[in-house]
Amino acid sequence: MYDVLIIGAGVTGSAIARELSRYNVNACVLEKEEDVGCGATKANSAIVHAGYDAANGTLMAKMNVAGNLMMDQLVKDLDIPYRKNGSLVVCLSEEDRPKLIELYERGVSNGVKELKLLTKEEVLEMEPNLSESIVGALYAPSAGIICPFNLTIALAENANQNGIEFFFDTEVLEIIKLGEGYIVKTNKKEFTTRFLVNAAGVYADEIHNMVSNRKIKITPRRGDYLLLDKSVGNYVAKTIFTVPGKLGKGVLISPTVHGNLIVGPTAIDIEDKESTATTKEGLDEVIQKAGLIVKNLPVRQVITSFAGLRAHETGHEFIIGEAEDAEGFIDAAGIESPGLTSAPAIGVMVAEIIKEKMGLTLKDDFIATRKGIFNLNDIPLEEQKELIKDKPKYGTVVCRCETVTEGEILDAIHRPLGAKSLDGIKRRVRAGMGRCQSGFCSPKVMEILARELGVSMLDITKSGGASNLVTHRTK
Amino acid sequence: MESYDVVIIGGGPAGLAAAVSAKEHGIDRVLILERDRELGGILNQCIHNGFGLQIFKEELTGPEYAKRFINRVKELELEYKLNTMVININEDKKITAVNREDGLFEIQSKSIILAMGCRERSRGALNIPGYRPAGIFSAGTAQRLVNMENYMPGKEVVILGSGDIGLIMARRMTLEGAKVKVVAELLPYSGGLKRNIVQCLNDYDIPLKLSHTVVDIHGKDRVTGVTIAKVDEKGKPILGTEEYYSCDTLLLSVGLIPENELSKELGVEINPVTNGPRVNESLETTVEGVFACGNVLHVHDLVDYVTLEAQNAGKNAAEYIARVKNNISNKAEGAEISIIAKNGIRYTVPEKININRMEDSVTIRFRVGDIYKNSYVSVFLDGDRISRKKRLIMVPSEMEEVKLEKAKLAAQGQLKTITIEVEKE
Repeated sequence: MYDVLIIGAGVTGSAIARELSRYNVNACVLEKEEDVGCGATKANSAIVHAGYDAANGTLMAKMNVAGNLMMDQLVKDLDIPYRKNGSLVVCLSEEDRPKLIELYERGVSNGVKELKLLTKEEVLEMEPNLSESIVGALYAPSAGIICPFNLTIALAENANQNGIEFFFDTEVLEIIKLGEGYIVKTNKKEFTTRFLVNAAGVYADEIHNMVSNRKIKITPRRGDYLLLDKSVGNYVAKTIFTVPGKLGKGVLISPTVHGNLIVGPTAIDIEDKESTATTKEGLDEVIQKAGLIVKNLPVRQVITSFAGLRAHETGHEFIIGEAEDAEGFIDAAGIESPGLTSAPAIGVMVAEIIKEKMGLTLKDDFIATRKGIFNLNDIPLEEQKELIKDKPKYGTVVCRCETVTEGEILDAIHRPLGAKSLDGIKRRVRAGMGRCQSGFCSPKVMEILARELGVSMLDITKSGGASNLVTHRTK
Repeated sequence: MESYDVVIIGGGPAGLAAAVSAKEHGIDRVLILERDRELGGILNQCIHNGFGLQIFKEELTGPEYAKRFINRVKELELEYKLNTMVININEDKKITAVNREDGLFEIQSKSIILAMGCRERSRGALNIPGYRPAGIFSAGTAQRLVNMENYMPGKEVVILGSGDIGLIMARRMTLEGAKVKVVAELLPYSGGLKRNIVQCLNDYDIPLKLSHTVVDIHGKDRVTGVTIAKVDEKGKPILGTEEYYSCDTLLLSVGLIPENELSKELGVEINPVTNGPRVNESLETTVEGVFACGNVLHVHDLVDYVTLEAQNAGKNAAEYIARVKNNISNKAEGAEISIIAKNGIRYTVPEKININRMEDSVTIRFRVGDIYKNSYVSVFLDGDRISRKKRLIMVPSEMEEVKLEKAKLAAQGQLKTITIEVEKE
């Protein structure tokens, strides 16, 4: 019997797992996909929000500001890239200006530091590629950019290092409440646990409603995005939002922490919790709206597009805490934007609740730091030379667009909770993430995966399940 | 730091021919840097025939064609390094590269020939909506999987784009027992060579739908089908023309992009039409002593032309080195004359000519932007037409050429611009 079982290995579940791993506790995480971070976590704006958006007094506002403040230390501990590039909320018409001031005031009352209102001239000096029709902006220096894959993988790896078990391809089918604790039936096996944490993303309502009569509803809110080539990665330096105005909610334009440019998202409420297909209308809308913010959006530099689902809860608030009618069942539901920013704070909050209820004690041997996957580009040339001399596999470049070596790919496969698929490799070390979109490196990465995992090329998948890449041998 | 006279970046058909040519023109210190595990480049996966008709007057397969140059490289004892990725080239022609044996190393060269080839345009660049399942491959990636790794990417195939690799793969997949259901081409004309349409599609009854594109991709884990629609003159899908094709594979053959990331970092000027370096009559880029040839310069349809161009680049690099060694200035006397592509001509390679440096004649290669029947290709020197050659048909997928003769250019005196354009009857 587990003390704690967490459903969902997205950024929220992984953050909770990592916080719990500080304590003497027997805990595990169940994930229905083949890897961590395969749901809402994998397709979003990759932004660490400052915290002026959420309404004052909400849990969303509190978690956002707290998560943002935790990020500096967390990225150091977990050895992942993060850049505080700051954000601008730009205002495109005079009549929207009161909304900008409202945002400023809300930010101040939410506890966001260093907020500043800028004039048109100040904005354009900061960001010369922005549209001339901008009338002003709210500047938040504390906003940042992060890689959601890196963050989630690092949190989960560190939790695993500290003793939390992870079960992948394990889908929860039924939950039975016992006198104390729960039986969790899955497609693989049955688990019993004292505490159950619901971090199931867009499925959090289904999990919650299995045990509670106070039903909740999570609506998948789809957002389409475009990702642009690194050659235009500095088209803007800061993350650019627009004031929600007469032109609708607007999209953001931002550099990513790895140096691309991201544009999106749309916001369409849908029924199907698996429907991450982009649409022509969605992609057109992104281009059209982004075109209002910047001069000449370099659309020819688009290298890929994708869609993600936000776990939108009907009341637009995070639901965090023990369900009123289900003792030991802790929700972390409705985690939509600013969920990525909030995850570290949600982790602490949920771990605290369980600690109090179970009387958990801190572990003596908790390892707070995790060494990131080494990237050749991150060290000076002289050190690169030494390293390749020592480990020649770092001298074989597999992905030419992102300069990813065989050494990095082997590291991604063999570390705790290692990559098992092409996408798993891509999310860990960026092989296939570049401008050729895996055209050149995919056969090579498939070969390495097959060799290292001791399986046939026929078993190698893009992203687990039935996503096999090749179907049979040639004649 | 090792130093060389000529370093060739890329050991595909362009790099091999350029290296051999440089050596044959008297240069000893020649080095080829190749990122893959063998010389020959993409030719190694092109196991079909049709190569070499221009150069060798016989039909060879890709590997056979490559072998002839690889043998020559070995006979001439040219140095080459495999599995070697060039990370950077700086303006002093210092090259930083990496491989397993040498680690991260630097090389100083007097001259450089860029021969990195091209990459395929991906699904992302086209903004095709839908899911992102397994089973979507660029045609070249599928070709590598089938011909070099011996794995089939799928059983039921739809191909978007009628580029040559896509057409070749339609036939290859069919011969391997796959069902190729349709080839959809956005434009009203094919992107591939006429002979490939006949030999790869018509001979196997594979339909080619012109003015059609993929508007949706279905299937979450693996492709289960695609929706194809007819497009209007502007390339926009026409509502109501959608047709669903069930398939497990979508191959893309939608264009090639010269791989000029290294060139750009080096500071070489790029022509936005070709996505390749701007070059003069010597195939020299805007950085002195740096030459370019093959698909990195502009996308060719026949490897034979790549070879001819690369031989020229190798020879020019050799002459450059000879001048350096003899302390002769590499600044040619006289002005560089711009070649202007006009009225239906999309670009020319080269874009500039120095009469004093040019050979007796220089071949100008170009592509047209549309289909032209019974038209003329005319050359004007400062507005005076000096030639007008009839062409029965010109199509964007087939490269064209005209020859400019030194004598005629020199006779013009104070020549400022050369214009090449399509004229109708």
